[in-house]
Amino acid sequence: MKKSYSDKAMKHFLNPENMGEIEDADGVGEVGNPRCGDLMTIYIKVKDDTIKEMRFKTLGCAAAIATSDMICEMAQGKKIEDALKITFQDLVDNLGSLPQTKVHCADLAQKGLKAAVEDYESKK
Amino acid sequence: MNKKIYLDNASTTPVDEKVLKAMEPYFNEKYGNPSSIHSFGQEARVGIDDARQKVADFLNCEAEEIIFTGSATEANNIFILGVLNSYEDSHVITSPIEHDAVLETVKESGADFTVLPVDKNGFVSLEDLEEAINEKTVLVSIMYANNEIGAIQEIKKMGELISKKNKDRERKIRFHTDAAQAAGYLNCDVDSLNVDGLTLSGHKIYGPKGIGALYKNSSVDIDPIIFGGGQEMGIRSGTYNTPLIVGMGKAVELIEKEREKEKTEKLRDYLIDQVLKLKGTSLNGPRKRRLSNNANFSFEGAEGESIVLMFDQEGVAVSTGSACSSNNLEASHVLRAIGLKDLEAHSSLRVSLGRNTTKKDIDFFLELLPKIITSLRKISGR
Repeated sequence: MKKSYSDKAMKHFLNPENMGEIEDADGVGEVGNPRCGDLMTIYIKVKDDTIKEMRFKTLGCAAAIATSDMICEMAQGKKIEDALKITFQDLVDNLGSLPQTKVHCADLAQKGLKAAVEDYESKK
Repeated sequence: MNKKIYLDNASTTPVDEKVLKAMEPYFNEKYGNPSSIHSFGQEARVGIDDARQKVADFLNCEAEEIIFTGSATEANNIFILGVLNSYEDSHVITSPIEHDAVLETVKESGADFTVLPVDKNGFVSLEDLEEAINEKTVLVSIMYANNEIGAIQEIKKMGELISKKNKDRERKIRFHTDAAQAAGYLNCDVDSLNVDGLTLSGHKIYGPKGIGALYKNSSVDIDPIIFGGGQEMGIRSGTYNTPLIVGMGKAVELIEKEREKEKTEKLRDYLIDQVLKLKGTSLNGPRKRRLSNNANFSFEGAEGESIVLMFDQEGVAVSTGSACSSNNLEASHVLRAIGLKDLEAHSSLRVSLGRNTTKKDIDFFLELLPKIITSLRKISGR
């Protein structure tokens, strides 16, 4: 049986390791999907153009939470320019599978990171 | 894993053992085509006649007024389109909290339609109904009890109002109600309710899936929407699905016997009282005039699909009106119609009890709930 959510996606949803907030964040990105109601805040700590730490707060479905956690996992330690190259497909591939209708949640996570980077750049 | 607990009885119910037993012989023993004149056909015919009588007894109508269909959706379609198609330039009145099987059918019919407002509890007012009736009106379809928020409409009073209106009208108004959710708990005497059409579903009342029934008052002429061999008084062609029809009959027969309305209601009220003690929680739908087995809540800072999946991890089945759990990614039209904001609808959880629900089940749910909500609020930071 093909599950709507892969075991890996469920693991990231049930035990998101990167949830939370960075109080002295260098960049904060807030994004939302008004249609489906997900709200996501991404916090980044940057040093030498590298994302040292990344955290999220997400009000949303399992896919929104799992992709939030996954993008943090994937982006941490990467140069900003490389982190921005993470596509929503990369997120989906790394999570295993998401329900078909939920792929847009991965898109939201990517936008969240982008917004956090923009916030960081604007403060520089 | 813990014992599995099913609290999604508004979605579907398990088939009762007695129903299953009644159906069994009709698969490969009494398998004749009920339309056949030989003994194989005739013994199957007996099963169908018997089931039809049981449904007629439950609804207090004639057996000839019962049409078996493939689902409640189909029954709604047959009645609504059947009435509307037999008039030119017709008008239909319905409510915004109907099941899609009614709303979509009304929209697709091509007829003019009025969607009445509902109040914050989901109730339609008699005044609004009366006001919406015009000279072109031929049909009113209002659901008996809502599947999401349990609101019970004043069907009897609406029926009386429509009957009174019909006295001075040449163009009679037909009154239909979808009783798929109501049948298990409410009086479905069509005579006292003053309805011309009523829809039942098999799988909501411990019968099988794939079967519904339509009551159509004998005075109502409707044009069929399915054509073929002329079964079901020409209204619903297609070879009789004997086992499912027999199962439907048995399920309906068992309703009164197995109905434990007070017990369910007490358990449900206990559930609501306990859940509302949790901070940032609200009840969706009415406190009174609510279907005995239904509860629906919103939880600030947590999203419905996430709540459902966390409960599922613990073996508890519940459901949500959140956009995220739907195919079209839109929040429940029912919750929006009673004025919930997107985020509130998004955070909704429906708990629907059944015959087999125990206090222990509810207590287990109540034990998990604060943990799940707290954990999701931590993730959302809200």
